[in-house]
Amino acid sequence: MTADLPSFAPALPEIVLALGAMALLMLGVFRSGKAYTQVSTLTVFLFILVGVLLVAYVGGERSVTFSGLFVTDSFAIFSKILVLVGSGVALMMSSRYMADHGIDRFEYPVLIALATLGMMIMISANNLLSLYVGLELQSLALYVLAAIHRNRNRATEAGLKYFVLGALSSGMLLYGISLIYGFTGTISFDLLADSVKTGEHAGIGVIVGMVFLIAGFAFKISAVPFHMWTPDVYEGAPTPVTAFFAAAPKVAALAMFVRAMFGAFGELVTEWQQVVIFISIASMIVGAVIAIVQTNIKRLMAYSSIGHVGYALVGLAAGTEAGVEALLVYIAIYMTMTLGSFAAILSMRRNGQMVEEIGDLAGLSQTNLPLAIGIAIFMFSLAGIPMLAGFFGKWVVFWAAVEAGLTPLAIVGLLASVISCFYYIRIVKVMFFDEPAGNFDADKGRAIPLVIGVSAVLHSPVSFLLISPLIAAAAWAAKSLIY
Amino acid sequence: MTLTAGAFYLFAFVAVAAGFLVISARNPVHSVLWLILTFFSAAGLFVLMGAEFLAMLLVIVYVGAVAVLFLFVVMMLDINFAQFRKGALQYIPIGGLVGLILLAELVTLVMAWQFGDKVADNVTAPIPAAEQVENVKAMGAILYTDYLFIFQTAGLILLVAMIGAIVLTHRQRAGVKRQNISKQVARKPKDAYEMVEVKSGEGIGSASKKG
Amino acid sequence: MQSLLMQYLPILIFLGIAIGLSVVFVAAAWLIARQNPDSEKLSAYECGFEAFEDARHQFDVRFYLVAILFIIFDLEVAFLFPWAVTLGKIGVFGFWSMMAFLGVLTIGFIYEWKKGALEWE
Repeated sequence: MTADLPSFAPALPEIVLALGAMALLMLGVFRSGKAYTQVSTLTVFLFILVGVLLVAYVGGERSVTFSGLFVTDSFAIFSKILVLVGSGVALMMSSRYMADHGIDRFEYPVLIALATLGMMIMISANNLLSLYVGLELQSLALYVLAAIHRNRNRATEAGLKYFVLGALSSGMLLYGISLIYGFTGTISFDLLADSVKTGEHAGIGVIVGMVFLIAGFAFKISAVPFHMWTPDVYEGAPTPVTAFFAAAPKVAALAMFVRAMFGAFGELVTEWQQVVIFISIASMIVGAVIAIVQTNIKRLMAYSSIGHVGYALVGLAAGTEAGVEALLVYIAIYMTMTLGSFAAILSMRRNGQMVEEIGDLAGLSQTNLPLAIGIAIFMFSLAGIPMLAGFFGKWVVFWAAVEAGLTPLAIVGLLASVISCFYYIRIVKVMFFDEPAGNFDADKGRAIPLVIGVSAVLHSPVSFLLISPLIAAAAWAAKSLIY
Repeated sequence: MTLTAGAFYLFAFVAVAAGFLVISARNPVHSVLWLILTFFSAAGLFVLMGAEFLAMLLVIVYVGAVAVLFLFVVMMLDINFAQFRKGALQYIPIGGLVGLILLAELVTLVMAWQFGDKVADNVTAPIPAAEQVENVKAMGAILYTDYLFIFQTAGLILLVAMIGAIVLTHRQRAGVKRQNISKQVARKPKDAYEMVEVKSGEGIGSASKKG
Repeated sequence: MQSLLMQYLPILIFLGIAIGLSVVFVAAAWLIARQNPDSEKLSAYECGFEAFEDARHQFDVRFYLVAILFIIFDLEVAFLFPWAVTLGKIGVFGFWSMMAFLGVLTIGFIYEWKKGALEWE
């Protein structure tokens, strides 16, 4: 009955990514023999092409298309570029691990491409339903990726846990969406914003629905109290897959969370602010305290990522444009830190076996000094030591909170940060002051040392030069969200 | 009308009773069968509300495919149910608490819906009544045009499900003899047999080849 | 609403008759037949020997793959139903949108065919 065609131009990057992923699937299945390296390189090129299309062709103007289901603006472009970079780098780092463990199947890059597509759809969602389908596309690809090492118990257990808990949280999210629809009659963000604005007090139904929605989101970003899946899944999944999990989906889920809260429920700030403050404090404390007793480095990184999500949520809890800007700066810095740390973890091989205990890093400064310096920079940056980029991320986030009048929240964040310093600096101490535990196997490829090197440089005091362009970009992104 | 009311009470009672029997059956296969009965009753309730497409989906997809998958999993896992049941009793207090909280929320929401004054005029896009346009036609009119984006993304989700199922479960079996029909049909007579001249009393080994 | 429900009344009557008939069959056997079960009569028959092992063996995961592939194409068919009913109203645009959806699933079909997931052995 509608005679007018929707405008496909704003969604061109997503369309190109979808067609490219399907073309790569066909290429992989029709090639005889191992197609992994070819498909993997082509996927990275596809990500670069999509990124170029995003910046050059779509641009930063806000435009809504597909009958109000899809929106693109500078916030979407900033977040999508971060997601594409995260996915591309995680894919580049994976080759050697996958080949060594016999899981170098060409479906791996295709699934990463489809997960990235889901993330981009999530970020651009202007309607609760398109948000949900983007979320499911991403989650389904991630469940398969977590269990892709199907001959190993840990991996299939991780995939199963992730799937069951993820499906449960998607159920809660849908329940929230159905409540919101029942009490407002719409699921479009624009109409929701209007409907919430005109009612003086939004009915209790909408607030309960919003709380269920936040519960579903909190699961995806692994915020407390929905973080139970994170340590087990991060530890059990293959390390490159964990690197991917810790980087791109977190960024996408945080961006989706921010857009849903500001785009749809902008008027209910006081209500959701309380919830976000609660989960932020809980995440920071859990991430700081429970990581102290961990000995497996992947589990430690899982708890560390829970803590970092808590710090990022401080920016959201501020509820202002400066808070969103701070959150974007923080997750950009967090993503580079995480990718660098996981690249370093991927280099931890001894006698052809991956080693994952903190004790295996002992004395690294004497056996492999460049790697030890790189890891030291990442650990200091994660801890938030001044002069490194991680400190700057925490600075902007806490400053935004103080400006919004949430000083106690910033103080709790500072205390949690100090507590978390313990286990980061303990890793540096083990590397530099303990007896050597043994050599690591040398890296044969170029990707991992490249990633470690670039991330370390980005986080060193050189980062002073890069911070102001990053803040300018984040400000440009945040401005489009609150219009 | 009383027939509608009677049908509603019948379906509702069967749905609740079968749902309870799902969790209390001793044999897991019985649980799945009671679940199928619950689905059928729910489909009947949907028809009573006028959502006939949803009822059809429930029967075709839920019962026809999802319940079959449940059965496969239950049969595949060979669960020793008696062992599970022993530990179940200690979870009753927590489970009861969670159930009470959910019940309280449900009651709050029903109260808000019934007695909320602004709720009725909140509906921004009122749905046409079931007499004016059929459920299936109403959905078909907008699903493929206005909601095109979501429709295509749903197609991609199905694609990911296909890739995932094959990546996780498909195993190449070694030593399997397969037919290659084109190769069989393209075989020439000279590859299929050879003519040999056999002298009587001698075997084929010492015979000369002819042709 | 009533006219809609009236169209489904035959199904309800059918359901009622089917349930009634099944109940009559089972109840008749339970009420009328003479039943004296004992363990020998109920045990499995293995040519006079004691049963060697449990009759069930481990379920093959190939059945599961077939069921999952079935459910995916079943959902495709479920999407085809409203399209078929309203094709006149949604015109060429609706036609091509369904073709794109079918194209995506055809790519998946080619993938699983080439991977050999449709072979039983």
